Amino acid sequence: MDGPFGIALGLITSADAALMQIIGLSLRVTLTAVLIACVLGLPLGAGLALARFPGRAAVIVMFNALMGLPPVVAGLLVYLLLSRSGPFGDLGLLFTPTAMVIAQTLLILPIVISLTRSVVEDLWVEYREQLRSLGAGRLRAVPTLLWDGRVSLLTGVLAGFGRASAEVGAVLIVGGNIAGHTRTMTTAITLETARGSLGLAVALGIILMALTLTLNALAWGAGQWARGRLG
Amino acid sequence: MSHTRRNTSLGFVSGLAMLAALPAAAQDFITVASTTSTENSGLFEHILPMFQDETGIEVRVVAQGTGQALETGRRGDADVVFVHARELEQAFVADGYGVQRFDVMYNDFVLVGPGDDPAGIAGAPSAAEAIGAIAGAEAPFASRGDDSGTHVAEQNLWATAWVEPSGGWYRETGSGMGPTLNTASQMNAYALTDRGTWLSFQNRGELKILFEGDEVLFNPYGVILVNPERHPHVTAEAGQIFIDWITSATGQDAIASYTLGGEQLFFPSAN
Amino acid sequence: MGAGTSRMRGDTISTEGTPMRALRDTGSAILPLRLDSAGFAIDGKPLLSTLTLSIAPGRRLIVMGANGAGKSLFLRLCHGLIEPTSGRRFWADGSTRPDAQAMVFQRPVLLRRSVAANLDYPLKLRGMSRGARRDAVATTLQRFGLEPLADRPARLLSGGEQQRLALARAWAMRPEVLFLDEPCSALDPSATRIIEKMIESFAAEGITIVMTTHDLGQARRLAQDVAFLHRGRLIEHGPAAPFFAGPQAPEARAFLAGDLIW
Repeated sequence: MDGPFGIALGLITSADAALMQIIGLSLRVTLTAVLIACVLGLPLGAGLALARFPGRAAVIVMFNALMGLPPVVAGLLVYLLLSRSGPFGDLGLLFTPTAMVIAQTLLILPIVISLTRSVVEDLWVEYREQLRSLGAGRLRAVPTLLWDGRVSLLTGVLAGFGRASAEVGAVLIVGGNIAGHTRTMTTAITLETARGSLGLAVALGIILMALTLTLNALAWGAGQWARGRLG
Repeated sequence: MSHTRRNTSLGFVSGLAMLAALPAAAQDFITVASTTSTENSGLFEHILPMFQDETGIEVRVVAQGTGQALETGRRGDADVVFVHARELEQAFVADGYGVQRFDVMYNDFVLVGPGDDPAGIAGAPSAAEAIGAIAGAEAPFASRGDDSGTHVAEQNLWATAWVEPSGGWYRETGSGMGPTLNTASQMNAYALTDRGTWLSFQNRGELKILFEGDEVLFNPYGVILVNPERHPHVTAEAGQIFIDWITSATGQDAIASYTLGGEQLFFPSAN
Repeated sequence: MGAGTSRMRGDTISTEGTPMRALRDTGSAILPLRLDSAGFAIDGKPLLSTLTLSIAPGRRLIVMGANGAGKSLFLRLCHGLIEPTSGRRFWADGSTRPDAQAMVFQRPVLLRRSVAANLDYPLKLRGMSRGARRDAVATTLQRFGLEPLADRPARLLSGGEQQRLALARAWAMRPEVLFLDEPCSALDPSATRIIEKMIESFAAEGITIVMTTHDLGQARRLAQDVAFLHRGRLIEHGPAAPFFAGPQAPEARAFLAGDLIW
């Protein structure tokens, strides 16, 4: 029972308070970031799919490229903005969960925007004439297309969740990995690895994977159900 | 479509609510920028609960490399810095970023390496000769390579041995003490590490302590309050309480009482 | 469905459908629709040229012509999905695109939601209140025999059911004129018969029909007026009987004779 699986199982069955706190914070930060990224990214992505303006191609390429933004860079950017010596220093947000949410939102937003644009653009080709005929202009088409593309959009949202829950670079820099305050699954794994507690690190990794797997399975199930139910 | 709009606005509101709930409610905490090696040693987990019990002040430790920790202090993102790089600390105070530096404690560096000691450093009369022997044998050596306090100490040691390390045997990991030890353990390489990280490090493989005890290997820690005149938002009062406590008899006893595997890691040095 | 539809419809008029129907009985507000040498070109290539005609209220106009003659474009031009690049289009009420019109496409796009929600969607776009929409959807479901399918996802209906829903959705929008673009081309004969019956019942309610088809039999069954297009031009336009008896233009004669013309 000394192997990583044994340790992982022991941690979970004992409902270790520190671990539960870490899991709770990880989920809270990442899910909040996903939520904010969706609130901003879904309409923006759909708008980008339907709008025609000069420089649109450049904007699309930029968001596509930002999908590969290294988490450390996003973290550094947010760090410089939120630092006491930075423009938003007065808010005192550095080394707080809020800072981590901001950094992760920055990471997920390009994914949500780009995938939404792609999904909505495809749907628009199919729906365009029909919606116009029914009396919906471009602006009114946005929520319609988002709703009808919901199953495909779920994939984009999941990709965003995956990226946020797996990254360590950004949350480490802006959160500071403070025990009991900003320590997440990934920063805890980094710390335990640094301590040479590889067993514990792997155990935490297993728990993180199990969480991610569960969420993805749920979302996949929901997608399948919706596909069968809504066509 | 009513669904979408309703769901979206609902999501937005609950998102805001979650965000609003995130920042800690109480302001009764201080942020201490310290080093990864100190964090990795487990010292804070031992002494900080005692401090919080006595004063009610929560200490949030951000563990970074020494250079980064001092930069965090310079930018005003911490209230107290707690590091081990005396010259840099003195410059930090001299430049007006810190109020005053206090000695807190010291630990020491040790040279670790594979048990069969291919460079034969175990019986060396001084640290300089020990590390010189490694260079002479061109035995693998894993260096932090990250300008941390430990890395600076290592470079000073090479200098006293009149060696400028380079070549395939000298490997800079560019990472913290723990990852560097992980690397050394994989490559059966020598490495310079602080005793605290070593004692709490569990993935040793073939590595053992091969050289220790030379005075040049002592590693003093200092604690500095970030200057509230430069950064007015600094929680100076609570920060000063922390510094007073850790340099008091109570704090010093707490440091001395921390052991790993029966060994004391840090030795109090406050005046 | 079929013949039963019109009778059901008659019942509806006499009951809850009355207030909504009242508008139509006052006569058409938006027809006639007039095209004045309207044309449509893409990159300078004319696809429709100098179309001049008037679409009168209360008639069933069948638009005929070979593949590529511009029938679908003609409907889109009338319906307002495209704008003439030359000439003009006038609605009798002076608006550029009145609400009281609808179009059923060859492959209608049904939204990925329930049958009832598909009916509700365009009504909501028109700003109808929730209560009025609920009544209108219920009336439409009943009128088209879609009540048992109300909660089914529209995308999972059969081809015939989907086209029926598309017609119901168009009807629910209270059009004075309904454009239909080859509405039966993808359907089997029995489904085609159902759709034709519905179109006839629409006409009986006073809805003006403008429909393209390349099925000559269907054209003969439904047409009161005929417009014949050839290479983007209107060759003949007039009552159906003389057209089928002996069209003026040689292209139309050849078309009726079953020749392929280009």
